[in-house]
Amino acid sequence: MRCSVIEFRLNGETVSSNSPPDTPLLWVIRDELKLKGTKFGCGIARCGACTVHVDGAATRSCITPLSVIEDKSVTTIEGLDSDVGKSLQTAWVEHQVPQCGYCQSGQIMQAADLLANNRNPTDEDINTAMDGNLCRCMAYVRIRKAIKSAANNEEA
Amino acid sequence: MAMRKENIVVTRRSFIAGTASTGLIMGLGSLLPGCSSDDAASDIANGGASKQFSPAVWFEIDGNGAILINIAKAEMGQHVGTSLARIVADELGADWSKVSVKYVDSDPKWGYMVTGGSWSVVTSFAMLSQAGAAGRSVLLEAGAALLGVAVDECGVANSRVEANGNHVSFAEIVSKGDVSRVFSDEELAAMPIKPAAERQFIGHDTRALDIPDKTTGDAVYGLDAELPGMVYAHPMIPPTRYGSTINSIDDTAARDIPGYLQTIEINDPSDIIQSWALVIADSFPAAMKAAKVVNVDWTPGETATVSEAQLFSEGAKLAADNNAGTLFVDHGDVAAARAAAATTLTASYRTGSALHFTLEPQNALVEFVDGVCHVHAGNQWQSLIIPYLAAALQIEESDIVIHQYYLGGGFGRRLFGDQMIPAAIAARELDRPVKLVFERADDSRFDCVRSPSVVKFDASFDDSGDLTGIEHAVVAGWPTLAMAPGFLGAGVDGNGKFDGFSVNGADHWYTLPNHRVRAINNDLAQRTFLPGWLRAVGPGWIGWGVECFMDEIAARLGQDPVEFRLSLLDGSGKNAGEAPRAVGGAARLAAVLRDVSERANWGRALPAGEGMGVAVSFGQERDKPTWTACIAHVAVDPESQAVNVKKIWQSLDCGTVVHPDGALAQAEGATLWGLSLALHEGTRFRDGQVADTNLDTYQPLRISDVPKLDIQFMDSTEFPTGLGEPPLIAVPPAIGNAVFAASGVRVRDLPIRL
Repeated sequence: MRCSVIEFRLNGETVSSNSPPDTPLLWVIRDELKLKGTKFGCGIARCGACTVHVDGAATRSCITPLSVIEDKSVTTIEGLDSDVGKSLQTAWVEHQVPQCGYCQSGQIMQAADLLANNRNPTDEDINTAMDGNLCRCMAYVRIRKAIKSAANNEEA
Repeated sequence: MAMRKENIVVTRRSFIAGTASTGLIMGLGSLLPGCSSDDAASDIANGGASKQFSPAVWFEIDGNGAILINIAKAEMGQHVGTSLARIVADELGADWSKVSVKYVDSDPKWGYMVTGGSWSVVTSFAMLSQAGAAGRSVLLEAGAALLGVAVDECGVANSRVEANGNHVSFAEIVSKGDVSRVFSDEELAAMPIKPAAERQFIGHDTRALDIPDKTTGDAVYGLDAELPGMVYAHPMIPPTRYGSTINSIDDTAARDIPGYLQTIEINDPSDIIQSWALVIADSFPAAMKAAKVVNVDWTPGETATVSEAQLFSEGAKLAADNNAGTLFVDHGDVAAARAAAATTLTASYRTGSALHFTLEPQNALVEFVDGVCHVHAGNQWQSLIIPYLAAALQIEESDIVIHQYYLGGGFGRRLFGDQMIPAAIAARELDRPVKLVFERADDSRFDCVRSPSVVKFDASFDDSGDLTGIEHAVVAGWPTLAMAPGFLGAGVDGNGKFDGFSVNGADHWYTLPNHRVRAINNDLAQRTFLPGWLRAVGPGWIGWGVECFMDEIAARLGQDPVEFRLSLLDGSGKNAGEAPRAVGGAARLAAVLRDVSERANWGRALPAGEGMGVAVSFGQERDKPTWTACIAHVAVDPESQAVNVKKIWQSLDCGTVVHPDGALAQAEGATLWGLSLALHEGTRFRDGQVADTNLDTYQPLRISDVPKLDIQFMDSTEFPTGLGEPPLIAVPPAIGNAVFAASGVRVRDLPIRL
């Protein structure tokens, strides 16, 4: 397979990769660009540990090929600097959400997508948005509380 | 390979306080022949360690007053570093804001390294309290001297020694004072420990030290470790765990894949890793791509057709054989009770295979430096895997170092670091660092699963209907037999050995006139797969049968399930409990049961199709019990038979709660694990392997499945016990018993599938 250079924006900076275009974005981010906050869990887009934002939308980077993000803007947990994102990170600490913590980058990225589109989510909205993010420690009670708390802070 | 239990015996050690270049260090070390305590103190003063004395530095205080506490336990979500540091800091009189923790590597000076069994606090509490108190006494003496007052005029708090309105900080004491001192074991054991009422940190809320980095992506897990020049390895796992052979490896189709390097066969003299190959590439995506097209031809081992049904069938056969197994409990005369019985009740309970499914897949990065094997991976039981690694590599244990990382989930999976072996063999063979990473399906196939289990109960009743005895046969694959046989227990009849981690929980606190428990190994399970310790281990599945069968007996006797249990929790005889850990015995279990039944308003009328069920547990072990009682409120849909758990109540008594919010987090997670194992997740053996290897079919509980939870801890200043696992145990049987109350259907298989 011929490898051409693919450019995209990562956390505001222009970056490039000469990996094969079918390389999952996850590994480009983690192993080439050395941002390790995005995690590998299931590899089939059903755990959400690899969630990043592509042009603002929560995306499973483990099944997203490098080719489709050419010229797009990718945000990872390390670059999450929106007001919503910061509110979530604060709420995650206030509510002492993480246990092992491995899924939490993905949880926060997914929740940031939710709150960016819905400033006052109901329990049902949270279920719908977050059901694809597995927390193996099952810290779900606190994930829900923290999302609501961040939403309230944003409202205020 | 035999694990020697004497490995865990702590040799005679001394606790040393001394000045080093960085400030005050305090640690525990073995004094080697020819080294006196004074020599050690002077060695430590001259820079910390020496040939004669290598202290395990528990904590150190630098000239700025920063306190670093070393943690020899694995951080896997339980915030263990925070809990253990709070114990030291409380006794030390520290300013908590000055405290940080470090997770140490596997240096033998730390003693026996294991994180599991919900043991960390219960087994460390006394030692860490004494170490903190010893530190305080050193600082107090030196501080009093600097203040020019008598020791008994001084107090210690907030990292300061204070007297008569004056004070001197730990930082000043460390910089100016004389802080060299050696404590013998006896002196350490005699250290005065604060009364509970004077505690500043233990039992008081705080934020866990590991959490901020887990919200920013900065927390570093084993998977995140890298070394210059490393290559990636992708496992090629044989069709059976044992006995497969590789006939040929054909990598023709992989050779055009950019980044693919080679495929190597792993020859492991320890026999843990049998007939594996590793695909090696310069990136993990290249390794994944190549692994799909490298063709390894195996002849499978003899268990290649084993099914879950066969494993259950073997279990049932063994449970029915009165001569099978080893006696774990033999109280009274069950045979006589049986012979004299007017009526009997027999039931068998089963639990299916369950995966650990740690979200961080198994991985290990290994590098050899000057003949020393450096392993980078999160691990729960360094002292277990190092001898196996030494056997696999045919090197000395002292030439192996495991560097610790955060664990992306432990749950017992990372008690066995078997994935380190192929990575280490490859790193040596390739003469460069090798990072082995499992894709999810391989992680599941290589998991040490919770063995399917079969238990059988035979209860006897006399002619007035009173329960006179229970015979309990417990059959499963035994993790401890497979991985740590030195830890098998001896049968009470002196006949054979048993895996306590596959029978604990059967030795419950109900007073029965006659009670016998047989622990039986399912040999077919043992030959087919590696049974593992899964969160809550034996009690996690044994509690299912014990507590559901108690309900069956209550129903037979026409008694209320709570009242029936309370009548048997009389605390008589062996059930009185022993100080300090099990003080109070069955009376404390009765207390949590009363508490939860009051809080859930047990016995109230419920709509048709709804019911409440109750269960109790005392995990993880009888000699360090955490007392739990659980009530589940469920609705069973009359049409679809779908079970909807509406609410779960738990009352928990783990004695002193060191880190209250962390404890609640563990209890929440463990409760939901219990629910997940009861209703959501599970797999089965098919063709010698687990059938469900990823989230398309293996389906742990999700956020939308979470019911209302009401979890309360009993106020207690008793000795602290464990918490990561015990709140799981009573949840599945409480749900099963609630299903019976709601629908009249007695469920005997876990997971529950109506």
